[in-house]
Amino acid sequence: MVKTGVAYTGVPSKEELAKIPGMPSEARMAKGPVAVIECVQEIPCNPCEAACPFGAIGVGEPITSLPVLDEEKCTGCGACVAACPGLAIFTVNMAYSETEAAVAFPYEYRPLPAKNDLVEAVDREGKVVSRGRVLDIKMPKAFKQTAVVTLAVPKAMGFQVRGLTPFKPMLREGRE
Amino acid sequence: MRKIETDIAIIGAGSAGLCAAIQAAAAGAGVVVFDENQLPGGQLFKQIHKFFGSREHQAGVRGFEIGQQLLEDVKKSGAKVMLDSVVYGLFAENSLGVIAEDKYHYEVKAKKIILAAGAKENYMAFPGSTLPGVMGAGAAQTMINVNRVLPGKRIVMLGSGNVGLIVSYQLLQAGAQVAAVVEAAPTIGGYGVHAGKIRRAGVPILTSHTIKEVYGKEEVEGVVLAQLDEKWQMIPGTEQDIQADTLCLAVGLNPMTELAWMAGCQFTHIPALGGHVPLHDHNMETTKPGIYVAGDITGVEEASSAMEEGKLAGIAAAAALGCLSQEEAAAKKQEVLRRLDMLRTGLFGEKRKAAKEQQMADMAGWQALTAEKGGVK
Repeated sequence: MVKTGVAYTGVPSKEELAKIPGMPSEARMAKGPVAVIECVQEIPCNPCEAACPFGAIGVGEPITSLPVLDEEKCTGCGACVAACPGLAIFTVNMAYSETEAAVAFPYEYRPLPAKNDLVEAVDREGKVVSRGRVLDIKMPKAFKQTAVVTLAVPKAMGFQVRGLTPFKPMLREGRE
Repeated sequence: MRKIETDIAIIGAGSAGLCAAIQAAAAGAGVVVFDENQLPGGQLFKQIHKFFGSREHQAGVRGFEIGQQLLEDVKKSGAKVMLDSVVYGLFAENSLGVIAEDKYHYEVKAKKIILAAGAKENYMAFPGSTLPGVMGAGAAQTMINVNRVLPGKRIVMLGSGNVGLIVSYQLLQAGAQVAAVVEAAPTIGGYGVHAGKIRRAGVPILTSHTIKEVYGKEEVEGVVLAQLDEKWQMIPGTEQDIQADTLCLAVGLNPMTELAWMAGCQFTHIPALGGHVPLHDHNMETTKPGIYVAGDITGVEEASSAMEEGKLAGIAAAAALGCLSQEEAAAKKQEVLRRLDMLRTGLFGEKRKAAKEQQMADMAGWQALTAEKGGVK
């Protein structure tokens, strides 16, 4: 028997993702960029709540409660993506173009990719599921060295892609 | 022999010890912190990931930056930090034996002592476990994040607690390959989000698996894994051979309690806290009046709770010296206890909370027994 779920595999299962309060509805995702908070375990953590400039994320008390997304307030700005210490928040824009979705995710490997790079887009298990085109890399000071990379991927992959195959950086001199 | 007299001597300049020093010195107590390492900060400067918790716990700040802030605060507080200074003994009447950086031998007399020595990594024996290339995950983390040296190119991690998962991620960031994370239990030990980061990088996590042997001529060349059945026995025929040049052990930590034993503190055995841990009350005071404990020495948790425990011990010791009024101390302690309690909640925290409550209950039991016998001798 193959056991699924985050406790067995480190990857949240479809069922786990379906029932968390950080998951926007399909209708909301179809409208444009929105946060997808893939936080499925009750751990004491709440930086996402304060990171949202629109008050669209609620954790409250106790601090172990799962973050609740208010999908109407969320603009998909991505401020929460770099704030999550668990690197578990993404933004998905299913309306990016006719054929493509835009997926933004936290990225802490160096060197960073460059805009328009073609990269291997990977799913939650690190499997390459499509090619991705780098649309944007954001890393203002407030992100504290966690870059937020946005990839354009085939629309069908908008809910699969959650990263890219890290470049294989050698150990570099000096912390960036 | 040289002599030092101080209000409070703290052993360990890590998360707990530094926080204790800041609180106690800010209250006006004279504080000297001793640490055998050449740099202060304990494990904090190895922690390049963002911490969890709430804003009050500095969530979202990377560990080494919390360390830098602590060092600045210590400087401002007026507490003295003596590095490269080994506390080799804790003797009668709160007297410490120290060999300091200047190679002189010091006798340190302190009114109060706070033990914040931390924890050390567990070891595990198996065929090949003495080959070069087998190392603690913490050692590998020191190599990459402090000394900027890759311990190997292709690594197998044994243990999927937060240490195993976080160090695996940091090894990937440092440019190594992580061939697999191996976990004997049927489920992953650490946070799912830490596991998720390395899964996205394509690292498999093999639960119900263990190391059968490590082989190599002069150093590690490969690791043989085997699957475990429900009784944690290896299933013959499930062996798989993974080429690797390094095996990291992330199989738990145990408290560095030597000085507490030497002082004659009473202990209890709580496996969830890493083994033998000194009894202590809500002030972090042990069964030896005037000797306090804080951080991993009281039971292995993590840096955020170590910092809170350190604050608690610092406040309590300063209050016991009269540097804070009972009301001031009570208000400060209540704040710390509230934050500490927040860290011991949820899926992973409840077990630690229950273990800490057991430790306090054992302390209360000991106090009742001693009272019957006519008080502390």
